[in-house]
Amino acid sequence: MLRVLLLTLSVVAIADAELCKPDAQNAFKVRLSIKTALGDNAYAWDANEEYLFKAMVAFAMRRYSSKNTTQISNVLLCNVTDRVSFWFVVTDSSKNVTTVPGSEVEAAIRMNRNRINSAFLLNDKTLQFLKITSTLSPPVEPSTPVWLIVFGVVLCLIVAGIVFLVVAGIQQRKKKNKESTEGENLEEKGEVTVAVENGIPCETLDLKAGHINGVFAADDERFTSL
Amino acid sequence: LSVPPEIPKEDGRPKWDNKFQYILSCIGFAVGLGNVWRFPYLCQIHGGGAFLIPYIIALLFEGIPLLHLELALGQCLRKGSIGAWNSISPYLGGVGAGSWMVSVLVSLYYNTVLTWVMWYFINSFQEPLPWSVCPLNENRTGLNEECYESTAVNYFWYRKTLNITPDVTETGTLQWWLILCLATCWAIVYLCTIRGIETTGKAIYVTALFPYLVLTVFLIHGLTLPGATDGLAYLFTPNLNTLKNPRVWLDAATQIFFSLSLAFGGLIAFASYNPSKNDCEKDAVTVAIVNSVTSLYASIPVFSVLGFKATTGYWDCLDRNIISIINEFDLPEESIIRQNYTAWISFLNSSYPEKISGLKLKSCDLQEFLDQSVSGTGLAFIIFTQAIILMPGSQAWAILFFIMLFCLGLSSMFGNIEGVFTPLLEFPVISKSVPKELLSGIICLICFLIALCFTLGSGSYWIDIFDSYAGSLPLLVIAFFEVIGVVYVYKIKRFSKDVKWMTGRKPNLYWQITWRFISPLLLLIVFVAFVTLQIQKPPSYAAWNPKYEGFPMKEEKVYPPWVLAICVLLAVLPCMFVPLVALFHLIKRVCRSKDPSFVPSEVFSCQGANS
Repeated sequence: MLRVLLLTLSVVAIADAELCKPDAQNAFKVRLSIKTALGDNAYAWDANEEYLFKAMVAFAMRRYSSKNTTQISNVLLCNVTDRVSFWFVVTDSSKNVTTVPGSEVEAAIRMNRNRINSAFLLNDKTLQFLKITSTLSPPVEPSTPVWLIVFGVVLCLIVAGIVFLVVAGIQQRKKKNKESTEGENLEEKGEVTVAVENGIPCETLDLKAGHINGVFAADDERFTSL
Repeated sequence: LSVPPEIPKEDGRPKWDNKFQYILSCIGFAVGLGNVWRFPYLCQIHGGGAFLIPYIIALLFEGIPLLHLELALGQCLRKGSIGAWNSISPYLGGVGAGSWMVSVLVSLYYNTVLTWVMWYFINSFQEPLPWSVCPLNENRTGLNEECYESTAVNYFWYRKTLNITPDVTETGTLQWWLILCLATCWAIVYLCTIRGIETTGKAIYVTALFPYLVLTVFLIHGLTLPGATDGLAYLFTPNLNTLKNPRVWLDAATQIFFSLSLAFGGLIAFASYNPSKNDCEKDAVTVAIVNSVTSLYASIPVFSVLGFKATTGYWDCLDRNIISIINEFDLPEESIIRQNYTAWISFLNSSYPEKISGLKLKSCDLQEFLDQSVSGTGLAFIIFTQAIILMPGSQAWAILFFIMLFCLGLSSMFGNIEGVFTPLLEFPVISKSVPKELLSGIICLICFLIALCFTLGSGSYWIDIFDSYAGSLPLLVIAFFEVIGVVYVYKIKRFSKDVKWMTGRKPNLYWQITWRFISPLLLLIVFVAFVTLQIQKPPSYAAWNPKYEGFPMKEEKVYPPWVLAICVLLAVLPCMFVPLVALFHLIKRVCRSKDPSFVPSEVFSCQGANS
């Protein structure tokens, strides 16, 4: 009895070794970079972790094919290295000593990649299935590009500044014109009502021998016509 | 009414609020983008600390004398470039017209560089920075091919910003985002120059001082980055052998010349708003020294950051090699680290040479990374942006960096626009009928419309053309005629007397010798050497062509004949004004000398202008 049991076990072991070896058909290589991902919180890779891995792969197969026939014992691991890399293969319990086709395994893993990654606290880069490419997520794009908003703010500030300066300039010019016309009015008034300048009558001042003050003489040209 | 007291003749010319504003405007004009992205590059390729020797010699014998000459001229004659040179001698009026033309051409393309800076600035508010990631391709199976083969930073610059065409003859389309930024930049320039120095004088406090603040912040941060000391050592280690190469001396002379923004007419315009009795000698020395010290000061953070980038690139190279080796040999993680990499490599090479060569490892050499030197827009928009991604808090650094570049360029733009604006204001036709705000608006609008050409796909090639031909050779010619004109036509004795009247002391032996002999001679030598070097090989440019076999290397192409014709035109047109105007006046004089009642023009001097 014992001998039969031993024989069966060894047959199974040899069969397993045949199914799971590097570059076997439908086998996949897995590579983990735990220290890179977790640093000081890195866990050691031991038999328990391997058990979890087998469980996750079985879970993925079950979810994908919804057949509920894949058992943990169907997932075979081999060639575990210090890198933490190994090969695995999924056997089909219904058909004897065959492996599930690689395409099915690949599709199952792809579908559940997120769950598998989070079980090990890793991501697509640190838990690599060497023949299975991951789909890239599109970059997040906000509805309005951010730069348009910033641009709008900057432009509004500048236009406000320009409008302010132009209006201030126009107002200043109007004020200067008003002041100069007021000055002209005052002068005319002065000459009509006050005929005496510093105690000297105006007529005597109006001598041809007198000097013409250049400041006032040039004034007439500076006044803008109404 | 009482008779008002005698008013001293005021020419109604605007003036600076205070001396500090004037000095700051001159410094802002001189300190520009070239201090940040050309000087450190020259230092690096010409033997580090040894480059300072030709640089200081050029400063002493070319930079400071010419600067003093221009400031004294503007202050004495109290006119813009065209009016000033007409006053000195009608035959030299072409010098003023030439520098006016150069100011126009440079204003056109300089603001487009600021457009790029603004575009990067408004994109710096995004998380993550848009130049740090490659976009996906159409069917989302991988990264965009052009981006993947070069880098994300290159892709953002050449495709997303410039949308560059593979050839200068292919104009491409107008890029609407660049048009928006260009309009904004010209609006900013208009806002600041709307009333001439009244408004630029206020704006210059911010635009001239803020870059120093940012440079200091970058200096402090840069020195704390890993690899900064490697970069600095690489920059400043003197290699005296390079001084034997005449190219080094030529580069030093041209760098000083263009860095001080001489011969644009902007400095003459700034100085013309000064009171006559102002010590222009001290001003000139101050501005020149501050400009050179700023160049040195700016090269420290630039090279700290470049050293950081080189070190990070070197570490990345090592890490990638280490991962390949670990994966191939299934060694445990962290068994090979950077420090014992060389030991491991030699061990593995001896035991498994075929496997190692099969991995195709790249050779990682820190020196090679440090040697990747770039100047100009490449430094700011490719190298520096890449370094900023690696820093924590990259948005803040990017925003600070681009505001600094914008302020540096804007204060130089003020000088350029003043060089265009002030001479126009002196034409009585214009100053009487057109208010200042309208004139500056018209100038900005016309420049904006012409500069739309630079927002085409081939725009950046054209900017390189303008920079190399319009912004270089004519300036040398104009400066040469400036010195000859003042020293030999206006006569140095008269000029020395004018300077003595303004500053209170006669220009000493140093000024006499440099003005009379050394500066004109140096300018002539530099001009001849410059032209010789340009003629030696057919002018070529580096095009960004994704279909090129050597992509991401740039493709060397030669300019087609019609582009060469435009290059020659750009270089020759401003210079043409000098002989043409002289010839025009000569012909006029010959015709008039037949008229016996002709009176030769009166002697002109500084004191005469103000009495």
